[in-house]
Amino acid sequence: MPGADKETDLTERIEAFLADLKRGGSGTGPLRGSGEMARETTYLLRRITAQARWSSAGDLMEIIRNEGRRMTAAQPSETTVGNMVRRVLKIIREEYARSRGSSEETEQQESLHKLLTAGELSEETFREHFVHLKANVIEAINELLTELDGTTDNIAMQALEHIHSNEVIMTVGRSRTVEAFLKDAARKRKFHVIVAECAPFCQGHEMATGLSKVGIETTVIADAAIFAVMSRVNKVIIGTQTVLANGGLRAVNGTHSVALAARHHSTPLIICAPMFKLSPQFPNEEDTFHKFVSPHEVLPFTAGEILSKVNVHCPVFDYVPPELITLFISNIGGNAPSYIYRLMSELYHPEDHKL
Amino acid sequence: GTSVVVYMVPQYSSIHIAAVVVSMFSTIICGFLFLLVVKRLPEHVQVDDPAVVKRLAKKLERQQIPLRSDYGYKVSLFSHLHQYSRKAPLTQLLSIPSTVIHPSIVRLGLQYSQGIVAGSNARSVALLHAFKQVIRDYTTPPNEELSRDLVNKLKPYISFLNQCRPLSASMGNAIKYIKKEISNIPSQCKEEEAKTKLLTCIDRYIEEKIVLAAKAISKYAIEKISDGDVILVYGYSSLVNNILCEAFEKSRKFRVIVVDSRPRLEGREALRRLVQRGISCTYVLISALSYILPEVSKVFLGAHALLANGYVMSRVGTSQIALVARTYNVPVLVCCETYKFCERVQTDSFVSNELDDPDDLMVTRKGKTQLENWQDVSSLGLLNLVYDVTPPDFVDLVITDLGMIPCTSVPVVLRVKNLDQ
Repeated sequence: MPGADKETDLTERIEAFLADLKRGGSGTGPLRGSGEMARETTYLLRRITAQARWSSAGDLMEIIRNEGRRMTAAQPSETTVGNMVRRVLKIIREEYARSRGSSEETEQQESLHKLLTAGELSEETFREHFVHLKANVIEAINELLTELDGTTDNIAMQALEHIHSNEVIMTVGRSRTVEAFLKDAARKRKFHVIVAECAPFCQGHEMATGLSKVGIETTVIADAAIFAVMSRVNKVIIGTQTVLANGGLRAVNGTHSVALAARHHSTPLIICAPMFKLSPQFPNEEDTFHKFVSPHEVLPFTAGEILSKVNVHCPVFDYVPPELITLFISNIGGNAPSYIYRLMSELYHPEDHKL
Repeated sequence: GTSVVVYMVPQYSSIHIAAVVVSMFSTIICGFLFLLVVKRLPEHVQVDDPAVVKRLAKKLERQQIPLRSDYGYKVSLFSHLHQYSRKAPLTQLLSIPSTVIHPSIVRLGLQYSQGIVAGSNARSVALLHAFKQVIRDYTTPPNEELSRDLVNKLKPYISFLNQCRPLSASMGNAIKYIKKEISNIPSQCKEEEAKTKLLTCIDRYIEEKIVLAAKAISKYAIEKISDGDVILVYGYSSLVNNILCEAFEKSRKFRVIVVDSRPRLEGREALRRLVQRGISCTYVLISALSYILPEVSKVFLGAHALLANGYVMSRVGTSQIALVARTYNVPVLVCCETYKFCERVQTDSFVSNELDDPDDLMVTRKGKTQLENWQDVSSLGLLNLVYDVTPPDFVDLVITDLGMIPCTSVPVVLRVKNLDQ
């Protein structure tokens, strides 16, 4: 039966994606960038919308929520997956509201009065069946995909507003967004880039070779020299893995030291991050926040006997508090860290914050 | 001075001439004093000045020492410093056996340039032992004074060692001491007697300034270590290692976190020695500092030199550790012997530093070396700094053999030392 075939095909794809997620985030930088991860997730969600069996918006949301939970459990550090799931859930809510004919304004306004009087009615209201809901949702997801495709270019377009000639810019590790940003500015302006190599994975080397190939004056420094050279740096431009709900960052190891050094020298810290990296998580206990990889990157097995007698840590991420950040540059423009909570309320519905 | 005097006394010609003569003398004397007081800028921070480079080349030619050439593309901010490659040691350009330079000095120079002898204490002690050998093998030529001739013999050796690797502040102070001791040998002293005197002087210097100083510093520092402490150390400092081992022997209960950084990875040596003693250790790289600092109760750092304006010159990365420790309100203690105190002042890590071999930054991961052909790409540079300066506001305490002082008291100690001498 064609229906059963489609379903097994769908489950196969979902399983393949989950396996990929589990294998992917080994900490050496994901095998694919966050952008690709976001796109893959959205394709999968579109497929689920198209092929899964559902009759009302509530069913669809339930299916997507379940799949979303499984996907985030497979790789908790890859937050873009969860973000895309929440975006799609919000899309479904919006399309449902539009089909019902109620204006979007009243749905989105949150007030204390509404919180007190509403509550029990939320799930019930998604039981109605609309004929065109599927098509509308798929169309909206396609729009989301177009937005995802254009994020890097949108961010890179803003480069000339922020970089002037003869500047010294520091960056840490490797970020495709920052690379595109700097390359775009380099077409018209001459400046110097200092790349911190970001041990133990040394992604900074790849970034430096990429930048120097287009003729940008690049210097590679060791992590230890970050404070030493910071006094000559005009701006620090870095990418991040996740932007947290309070405006803080969850970025690659070593970013916190860079942020502190930048604050000491009053150097602006600019983050280039597309909107799909914004996650409704708040930073909680330090321990639940971290991800570790094999310590053989730090102290290889060739070190010998002492390996059994010492503890070696290799954390992958760092938390950077929002007070240290000057500006976020995203595909929708530049924002201060204090505005992030507002952007979040536009992207995600508060009930979806916990999948 | 001349113009003022001429203006004042225009009509009396004899007084006029006398005034001119007096003013000329005074300017000459002032100029002379100026030259005495202001030290000449060392050559190794004036590489971008072609006149200085030419002067050095001439001096080395006179002393029959080969000139070492720079390697690789230098970052423009550091064009005033040398950058040598480890694969091209100076000894390749020497003829073996060398008639000008004593073999133990040649060996020492090679050990410095290859990084076999590293760390300011180790380098100073090795230098002093090599000089002892030189003095033992020295014979005064006829019609020459030992006190003058020996100093002149040492000059080309010092130039050679400087070419192999720029002298550290501790080595500079040791050399100053030796030169003073040699010049103070009275002329009627017999050669054997003079040589034994110099050898005992050097031994006493090592004993007092390095060994006993380490014991004194350990005594003070152990007071600062309490049971249950988590101590963070960076890289390999012989003094800090000494302190930790002695504290462990005095049955203090603590554990150590060793922070290390590429490309030197000196922390592994410190880790090995501490683990051998039985101290429980944790090892991280400097990028994991923000993760590990909430656990730390104290930070102990070593120093290469203490500058007269209170800045601490140490291995690159030290200032970063001090900065992040200050953010987490963890006390930072610097341990430094007084013979490393230096009269220079410096506010940033650019004007006077050392550039190590840039090829050290290359790394091969998963069979791929990203920066393999960095020389071919004209816009790519690698920077391997050796030292950096930590501002005194990041340092809470400096432990020296004279006691525990704040960073800003360094010029006081220097003044007291000068008065003593």
